[in-house]
Amino acid sequence: MESTSLAQVGRSARIQGRVIFALLMREVLTRYGRHNIGFLWLFVEPMLFTTGVTILWTLAKAVHGSSLPIVAFALTGYSSVLLWRNMPARCIGAIEPNLALMYHRNVRVLDIFFARLLLEAGGATISFVVLSLFYIYIGWLEPPADVLTVVEGWVLLAWFGASLAMLLGSLAERSDVVERLWHPAAYILFPLSGAAFMVDALPAGAQKLALYIPMVNAVELVRAGYFGEHIRTHYDLPYLVCFCVGLSVLALSQAATITRGITPE
Amino acid sequence: MIEARNVCKVYPTRAGNRLVLDDINFTLGRGEKLGILGRNGAGKSTLIRLVSGAEATTSGTITRSMSVSWPLAFGGAFQNSLTGLDNVRFISRIYKQDYHQNIDFVASFTELGLYLREPLRSYSQGMRARLAFAISMIIEFDCYLIDEITAVGDAKFHEKCAEELFHKRRDRAMLIISHDVNYIRDHCTRFAVLDEGRLTFYPDFEGALDVHSHNLHLRGA
Repeated sequence: MESTSLAQVGRSARIQGRVIFALLMREVLTRYGRHNIGFLWLFVEPMLFTTGVTILWTLAKAVHGSSLPIVAFALTGYSSVLLWRNMPARCIGAIEPNLALMYHRNVRVLDIFFARLLLEAGGATISFVVLSLFYIYIGWLEPPADVLTVVEGWVLLAWFGASLAMLLGSLAERSDVVERLWHPAAYILFPLSGAAFMVDALPAGAQKLALYIPMVNAVELVRAGYFGEHIRTHYDLPYLVCFCVGLSVLALSQAATITRGITPE
Repeated sequence: MIEARNVCKVYPTRAGNRLVLDDINFTLGRGEKLGILGRNGAGKSTLIRLVSGAEATTSGTITRSMSVSWPLAFGGAFQNSLTGLDNVRFISRIYKQDYHQNIDFVASFTELGLYLREPLRSYSQGMRARLAFAISMIIEFDCYLIDEITAVGDAKFHEKCAEELFHKRRDRAMLIISHDVNYIRDHCTRFAVLDEGRLTFYPDFEGALDVHSHNLHLRGA
């Protein structure tokens, strides 16, 4: 009995993997087409963003309250913003244009989300890694002190972004208000997300408040891995993980609800 | 077999909930061909969507113990910015089919030639219909759902469709809805009329047609 149900799960996983891959390839072609550099835009675009911000911050000699080189600060900060902010932007309104796909029974709402999330997270990650390597190569940046901690922070941030994206993507299907509110919310959250400050530089009272923002914890973790002993970082790992678990459960339940109510054109 | 039991579908509208399908019951066995007549807005397409599994019922159950196609000749799952070949590739991936073999079939069926490499937005209605139908024929199903297949395309296209569906796949089950009553008469073995959300079966085509014509003129005038 147990082996048959395991086999069933394996079969379902294979189908879902296939569907997500097909959706991903379709999405890449739809978004980037076959003109000029094609799907390379997936990470060239975030790279341009990050580089631009790095240059701006360097010129403006941004005050960030630590002895870190501004390049390292901007790279870790802005890449993180791209990671958590772009995923919701891509999932809001993801279902409507793909409604007709629901005629293929193996395609579910979650698959559409997953395909877009993989693409978005992939683009942000490739951009982060390539820029890191490039800056390290030209000597603007020291190699990370502890790569695994960087990965840990990055993955947690991606998890947060992905569950937020699925939640907002599902809610947006019910009400346009979500889309209207997300733009200002994302804009206001940007300076609060830890991209442009170190928690250690804040006054003690503000530090406590800042750590209630999930992104701040993850960005601090990324920086802890990157800069190791050079800086003092503050983060609350159990809080971040609990927040992500809660958000994921909420997101999946909302996605299940809209799946039931969906009407293909 | 497909079995629909006490199927109801309610859509919320500005004027309150509207009962589109009211306690629908039927079974469709292997090889059976069921034709459904009904006026515009009677709920025929809704029924097809429920049977295809694309949409959930409000109450009642639909069980499928054979593989069921998506509504045939339906072109909506296409992305306008993608080429015909891209769309074939997408469907092949979803259903785990050999893409190269499918391309050959689609190319010979649609006779679209170089257009297969052009984005869909440059296609005419007829070209789209040809592509949509060819893609539907890539995957083999036990039961085909056919929704107004004769609405577009020329006579030759209709002949080719009939050849693929009613000759090569004559052993399959089919659920056909159409405004073309002759199409239903020629290809179906069982007949039903959908009206006011209720599905009524008739022993022969003439019986169904009488009621259908009556409904048309009663409320159509």
